[in-house]
Amino acid sequence: MALLEVEDLHVSFNTADGVVKAVRGLTFSVDRGQTVGIVGESGSGKSVSTQTIMGLTAGARVSGEARFEGQDLLTMSQHDLRAVRGAKVGMIFQDPLSSLHPYYKVGWQIVEMIRAHTDVSKAAAKNRAIDLLRLVGIPKPEARVDEYPHQFSGGMRQRAMIAMAMALNPILLIADEPTTALDVTVQAQVLEVMQRLQKEFGTAIVMITHDLGVIADIADDVVVMYAGTAMEKAERRELFYHNHHPYTEGLLASIPRPGDDRHKRLLPIHGTPPSLIQLPTGCPFNPRCPYAFDKCRTETPPLASVYGRPEHRSACWLPSNEPERQVERERVQAVLASRTEISTEVAKDLAGAAS
Amino acid sequence: MSTAVTPAPSRTGGSSDVLLRVENVVKEFPVASSKLFSRSREAVHAVDGVSFELRKGETLGLVGETGCGKSTLARCITRLYSITGGTIDFDGRDISRLEGSELRDVRREVQMIFQDPYGSLNPRRRVGSIISDPFVIHGTLDGQARKRRVQELMELVGLNPEHYNRFPNEFSGGQRQRIGVARALALQPKLIVCDEPVSALDVSIQAQIINLLADLQAELGLTYLFIAHDLSVVQHVSDRVAVMYLGKVAELADVDDLYGHPRHPYTNALLSAVPVADPNAAAQRERIVLIGDVPSPINPPSGCHFHTRCPKAQELCVAEDPPLVPRFADAPGHVAACHFPVADGEDLSKAEASIEQEDASDVQVDSVLAGLADTPGFSTPAREEGAR
Repeated sequence: MALLEVEDLHVSFNTADGVVKAVRGLTFSVDRGQTVGIVGESGSGKSVSTQTIMGLTAGARVSGEARFEGQDLLTMSQHDLRAVRGAKVGMIFQDPLSSLHPYYKVGWQIVEMIRAHTDVSKAAAKNRAIDLLRLVGIPKPEARVDEYPHQFSGGMRQRAMIAMAMALNPILLIADEPTTALDVTVQAQVLEVMQRLQKEFGTAIVMITHDLGVIADIADDVVVMYAGTAMEKAERRELFYHNHHPYTEGLLASIPRPGDDRHKRLLPIHGTPPSLIQLPTGCPFNPRCPYAFDKCRTETPPLASVYGRPEHRSACWLPSNEPERQVERERVQAVLASRTEISTEVAKDLAGAAS
Repeated sequence: MSTAVTPAPSRTGGSSDVLLRVENVVKEFPVASSKLFSRSREAVHAVDGVSFELRKGETLGLVGETGCGKSTLARCITRLYSITGGTIDFDGRDISRLEGSELRDVRREVQMIFQDPYGSLNPRRRVGSIISDPFVIHGTLDGQARKRRVQELMELVGLNPEHYNRFPNEFSGGQRQRIGVARALALQPKLIVCDEPVSALDVSIQAQIINLLADLQAELGLTYLFIAHDLSVVQHVSDRVAVMYLGKVAELADVDDLYGHPRHPYTNALLSAVPVADPNAAAQRERIVLIGDVPSPINPPSGCHFHTRCPKAQELCVAEDPPLVPRFADAPGHVAACHFPVADGEDLSKAEASIEQEDASDVQVDSVLAGLADTPGFSTPAREEGAR
């Protein structure tokens, strides 16, 4: 049995403009000690889905199941959920400044968290807070434990958040864009701390990010989300080197990679993500997809096994046979590479007017 | 504050193809004093003696972490800030002390694209009027001619000219950034300073804007100063790259030299920290994790600013600020400010600094973990049930 099994999760919010369908039928699972990366752009529902699992989306309409150690978190009472949240499942959020309380000392906040779930003395909890801060690489933790969040730098705050999330030795850590607000060298420090803790404690991690570089670094399995649902699920290397879904392909072609020919154009995905109030019929990606054909506009593809590998799933009508898919890929990429972002005639006019 | 005057890197080629020459530019911001009547002598040394040249038609990438002074430098070049010291020559004349109408003339030629496509457009004005602002301010086009030019600009950057009367909130982030690009292009500038133009955008939109800027450069012969913290993006768009650390240029080189043969230990650390969207490459890479945080620019370290975190730091680095000159047998255009530059193939992760560094106390993970497990009261319920 997997540690966390999310099945057919739907989350929607009533707004003045209509019903926002933030998550639409998401299914994924996390095994013990495994790192699952959830990748997607703004508004793809990656944060909402994990927040819903932890009971943090008040006012949302939720259906589906999220079984953690066999118990459904979505139907659990608030009282029972509190025992899970923090103690068994730690959470780290993107913005470390707004997730630490500015009026309380960092150490106090960790101590409070420990004492809410266990029956230990203040002194023991504080000692543990100091040990945890040392573990995540904060210098002079004996002094730092009595400082306020504003006295910490951004990277140190995020490491303090990790210390807090790891305080009770959780089995699952949900990290929602933990390094997005940080510089690359600090990001490297934070990711290293997370990986080291995972190795020592065997914690499973759900890593939510928009950065495919972070995914390539630490994820075992990857879920690619778009418009509230999973487009593709695969093992990390399979996803990077043998992806099936055009959205995954588009994401990877959008980022410049070292070693690429610099003068080669990037192949961006055209257009913008759809409104979650009024989704396109058929595949949600069809208006932006360079491969789209008639069936894509009328029927929604299921998340089905492709390339004859059961653990690799993709929600796309394109051929599920790798050589055929490759032929299509080459044809479409040649078309994409010949497009430009500007209207060249207007540019020539303007250049002429300038001289 | 800057102790050694770094010579402007001299390069082959006539001075005629140099569009912008920045020489020893210093920008300090005074810090408010904590005492009531004493005037503070402290200052944030945001830009601390930076020199470089920008040639016509090229893209110079400027990278560095938060607080390294890259945005301040951009604002000094566009004269949004007046500089504390040094000179900025644009197109053969010193613009660093210009005022009034002379400054306005320069601003026609030097435009800027900002990071935040939400904050940089007035939400209560229509897009057409935002893009036509430069014509109003500089009094160049009127009436129908102005409207026609604005619509041409909108078409040029991939916006629908019929959306002339819409408000910014009706556009997505990527489209707003296109509005910012159209506004910057309005007066046909020679130099565009792009301050983190894609970092607020989703990856699929980022690529659209990067391609847009590249296409415009090819068609209009623009020169870019491209500021970003994303090293992969900078590598893709730039001809040359300057790396900044605490207000100084640490290294400057052609893009392939810089990414292929980084000399400064900071450049090496920065490059090794960039997440690469390629699992095989990520697994092979030796990551150099720097210790601690960037020191305060109010009181930067003596000598080489990087010595407090540098894996190769020696006594000399504390005492003396290294000049920005070519190291080893590098091309004259590849300059690094380091006394002990990194040779090709050298393993920096094994280097040991010979001076004491503040935060260098390496954590004994095992002992901490053992301590954690033994603490009474922490026979963690989660763990026990997990093992069940």
